[in-house]
Amino acid sequence: MNVTRGFTGRPRVPDAGLPPGQYDAGDDWPVLSAEVTPELSPADWTFRVDGLVEEPRTWDWEEAHALPGSVYEGDIHCVTSWSKFGVRFGGVSLDAFLDAVRPRAAATHVVAYSHTGYTTNLPLADLTGGRAWLAWEFDGKPLSAEHGGPARLLVPHLYFWKSAKWIAGLRILDHDEPGFWEQNGYHARGNPWEEQRYSGD
Amino acid sequence: MTETLSTFTPPTRFAVPGRIAVSNRAAALWQTATLTEIRRETPHAATYRFAVPAWAGHLPGQHLMLRLTAEDGYVAQRHYSIASAPDDEGHIELTLDHVEGGEVSGWFHTVARPGDQVEVRGPLSGFFAWPGDRPALLIGAGSGVVPLMSMVRHRRARRSDVPLRLLVSARSPEELIYAGELGAETTPVFTRSAPAGVPVGRMAAAHVAPLLAEAPEGGWEAYVCGSNAFAEHASRLLVAAGQPVDRIRIERFG
Repeated sequence: MNVTRGFTGRPRVPDAGLPPGQYDAGDDWPVLSAEVTPELSPADWTFRVDGLVEEPRTWDWEEAHALPGSVYEGDIHCVTSWSKFGVRFGGVSLDAFLDAVRPRAAATHVVAYSHTGYTTNLPLADLTGGRAWLAWEFDGKPLSAEHGGPARLLVPHLYFWKSAKWIAGLRILDHDEPGFWEQNGYHARGNPWEEQRYSGD
Repeated sequence: MTETLSTFTPPTRFAVPGRIAVSNRAAALWQTATLTEIRRETPHAATYRFAVPAWAGHLPGQHLMLRLTAEDGYVAQRHYSIASAPDDEGHIELTLDHVEGGEVSGWFHTVARPGDQVEVRGPLSGFFAWPGDRPALLIGAGSGVVPLMSMVRHRRARRSDVPLRLLVSARSPEELIYAGELGAETTPVFTRSAPAGVPVGRMAAAHVAPLLAEAPEGGWEAYVCGSNAFAEHASRLLVAAGQPVDRIRIERFG
């Protein structure tokens, strides 16, 4: 352990909800996107799931909203080291979309992509079983454009760069394929509890 | 049907691939950095120079992760842009604002002195990097000028004639970081107070449009760095002035 002379840090109580190397951002919700925030209206928004599936499909705003609603209440974690506790997102469980397209047996990975062209890769298993959402509400209000509105992917058990803003679709694959930040040196999976920040962690 | 596509490219505009290879080995390794010098830049910002003997080098615009450890094992880590040019072998410089209540910047501004050691890993991310090969239009505010200054310094060190312009916003001349180093490539914009004869006000289309009008052949690669509010404002000005969205790279303070 390399102790830094004179560094004590903030007054703190140990918090079992805080992954290693993270701090509590409190009421802040920093915006971290590398691209220009798109002006995307719900009327222009679509969500497609294709690739290794039985029935590729595209949903528009109304069709997606006709699916059973689902809420995530819990914490989110950004690789830049802030975590945000007790957030509430509303949307639809990703299972509802995946059940409709029926991934083939060979399917193992997913590239999620945004209406801006941003991409991020995920193991398919991280998107099923009630652990991932398509989210369009935050704290009961429409998700703001800066935070990915009208709709973003939400995979709260992984670092938040995996929760692609302005989600446009999922391409289901039989291999892993690095996305935008993953090509720029970030970890392929990004589990905050294992501190999988950068490639090689 | 078996998907054997080597790379999936979504049908959208911003798919700027990382054209700069990032060393995964360097990024994974924590190294000891020894503080060798502190230079005050403005009342709220200072530059911290470190010796990092095994530093693998970086490209202007890249950042690093910095870690401080308390005696009880508590760790605080933050991302910081690198201010120095790559040519400064075995050394790196960071310029840090004193953030109100800032856990890490507070330690730097009130405790740190030469000889202190911290840990760093990096450089990280090739996305915001500028290797110096394409005309660059740099727009920053406050300490958002830090990664952009690394680009300016790199260009000067190389005596490069690749076109580069810096548009930088500060509250006042006293708060303009690197004021003494900025040259003909730079247009400062002051939002609260300015020298006699210089207008005071927010960055506007009138600042951005002329730079796009004089764009070099092939256009600019635009780099925007600052608070989220500034990044939103500046990127909208760029788009309104005709800069393609897929040639705007943004680094926001989180």
